[in-house]
Amino acid sequence: MSAPIVKVSNLTVSFLGGPSPICAVNGVDLELEAGETYALLGESGSGKSVTLRALMRLNPEKKTRVEGSILVGGQDVMALSRTELQAFRGKTLSMVFQEPALALDPVYTLGQQIAEAVAIHEGVSQAEGRKRALELFERVRIPSPERRLDAYPHEMSGGMRQRAMIALALACKPQVLLADEPTTALDATVQIQILLLLRELQRELGLAIIFVTHDIGVAVEVADRVAVMYAGRIVETGSVRDLIRNPSHPYTIGLLRSRADGALQKGARLETIPGSPPDLANLPPGCPFAPRCRFAIDACQTTTPEPVTIRDGQIVRCLRVGELEAV
Amino acid sequence: MSSALISPLDRGGPAQPLLTVRGLVKHFAVKGSVFGAKAVVRAVDGVDFEILKGETLGVVGESGCGKSTTARLLMHLIAPDAGTLIFDGEPVGTGGLAMREFRRQVQMVFQDSYASLNPRLTVEASIAFGPQVHGIATRAAIDRAHGLLDRVGLDPSRFASRYPHELSGGQRQRVNIARALALQPRLLILDEAVSALDKSVEAQVLNLLLDLKEEFGLTYLFISHDLNVVRFMSDRVAVMYLGKVAEIGPSETVFDKAAHPYSAALTRSMPSMDPDNRTEEAPIAGDPPNPINPPSGCRFHTRCTFAEAPCSATPPTLAAVGIGHKVSCLMHEPGSGHSKAAAS
Repeated sequence: MSAPIVKVSNLTVSFLGGPSPICAVNGVDLELEAGETYALLGESGSGKSVTLRALMRLNPEKKTRVEGSILVGGQDVMALSRTELQAFRGKTLSMVFQEPALALDPVYTLGQQIAEAVAIHEGVSQAEGRKRALELFERVRIPSPERRLDAYPHEMSGGMRQRAMIALALACKPQVLLADEPTTALDATVQIQILLLLRELQRELGLAIIFVTHDIGVAVEVADRVAVMYAGRIVETGSVRDLIRNPSHPYTIGLLRSRADGALQKGARLETIPGSPPDLANLPPGCPFAPRCRFAIDACQTTTPEPVTIRDGQIVRCLRVGELEAV
Repeated sequence: MSSALISPLDRGGPAQPLLTVRGLVKHFAVKGSVFGAKAVVRAVDGVDFEILKGETLGVVGESGCGKSTTARLLMHLIAPDAGTLIFDGEPVGTGGLAMREFRRQVQMVFQDSYASLNPRLTVEASIAFGPQVHGIATRAAIDRAHGLLDRVGLDPSRFASRYPHELSGGQRQRVNIARALALQPRLLILDEAVSALDKSVEAQVLNLLLDLKEEFGLTYLFISHDLNVVRFMSDRVAVMYLGKVAEIGPSETVFDKAAHPYSAALTRSMPSMDPDNRTEEAPIAGDPPNPINPPSGCRFHTRCTFAEAPCSATPPTLAAVGIGHKVSCLMHEPGSGHSKAAAS
């Protein structure tokens, strides 16, 4: 195996400023190979977006305490100076956001925004930048790209805006693309188009992608590997196949079973996970899922489970993982 | 549904649809250009359907298809430009069923659980508000609120005196459901009621809705963009596209044997859930067109793989193709001129 392009070790992120610190990420380890798509799956407050933002140092510096180490393409992200950070963002690592209407600048045309990014990062002329923008628009399959370069974000539909956002993110040929729920705001028929586009770009450009989503179905469509997050920890990670076919953490099992899908009998009830996610300012000791877990034993309330490898590449944080295999 | 639960307000008997919607139209004016004519958004453009007693009618469609506008028109939260509503045999509004009485029997739960609660009222006050307005004594209304809180899974001794900001999203949505039930309605309109919830909480609320429906003999109009959820909840499904109903029928038929190319594409756009059998090709290209200037003829013809010349000229009509199954597509209209249609 070659050296991973992204290596995060023991990342913790807490937000200060409130009455007590909010522990959003509590010890995340992850490794990403070049050309691999990794999905972070979790509910709101599970720490998936905060982890993604930490990789780019987008969390507000004054109010955030970040510990652990983040290496991207051999660079120590935590040690970068302000100028180094500017060169790093967009060039090594770039990001696609959930709401392209908010992430794009409303007063510049899309062509101007992309050309500017290229001109600043690569020191070329605006005209050269515009040429690159046109290539990118063709690459992300925007119809009549020449004309659309002169459009403002509000003149485009949601799907087209997200394509333009992806073009902007790819403008400086990054090695790693971070995608924060890029299809959540889109309609079903458009969502699948964007997912297919990301898959195609990943293949053709050899991109590594970290894809944050709350939708298992979306993760299955794009990812090679999936990490399931709960209360700021990765509770289970493995290949998409292993995770779907042999989910081993009680939370993953619960999530898969609580999905409403066509196979259910009319009038049947869904299997649910009781309760709701924990308060991040006041996390329980021990396993954070224990209060909602039907397999919890006394030890779960006091001991934080360590990661256990149960299959090649499938790692689970659960005290009872050996026993539950048989269930 | 169970005949034991026939409401004392029932008039027409089980065969009478609870709500009949005919020719519902709503256009919103938007600022036109200085010289051009005033533009209108054809949000709902001639919608007909019936909601049968005791069923769940699901409504699916993409943003801008008019599903939420339809819900608001049914509640008269916005006034329709045209169309009639017939509630259990009585026309709503002038002459028939009074609006106040209609609104008591039809209640709605919205997507944003926080925005739909008054932040300055406690949970019990919010739930008791409707009954009080409709003439129930304060004490009795509060008692009813406590009973309903208990029924939706929130312990009244812990939750009754809380304010909305002290609750989680799932708990707030339970409060909204309790409030909707406080007037003992017969029809509940659920407009993306579970869409903002986390998946683990969504399943709990869906189960609650199924339980309440059985217990109170309710009828649901269930609007969502999530096809899995709609399929799970609904007996019948209506698929909307750009302000019109494209297809309506039993949910198995619409999901598994869709007759309209749009319904079929929508179903195939759902993620596959099988890592070895991923979607390889998008079922339809492009985004939904702008409802300000909808395409001529069949509104779907610009994205339809089966479109032929007549499709851009002739608007299809919603007509029966099977038992309780209606489709608005020229391929199913005899003599329409489409090569797949039967000759008339």
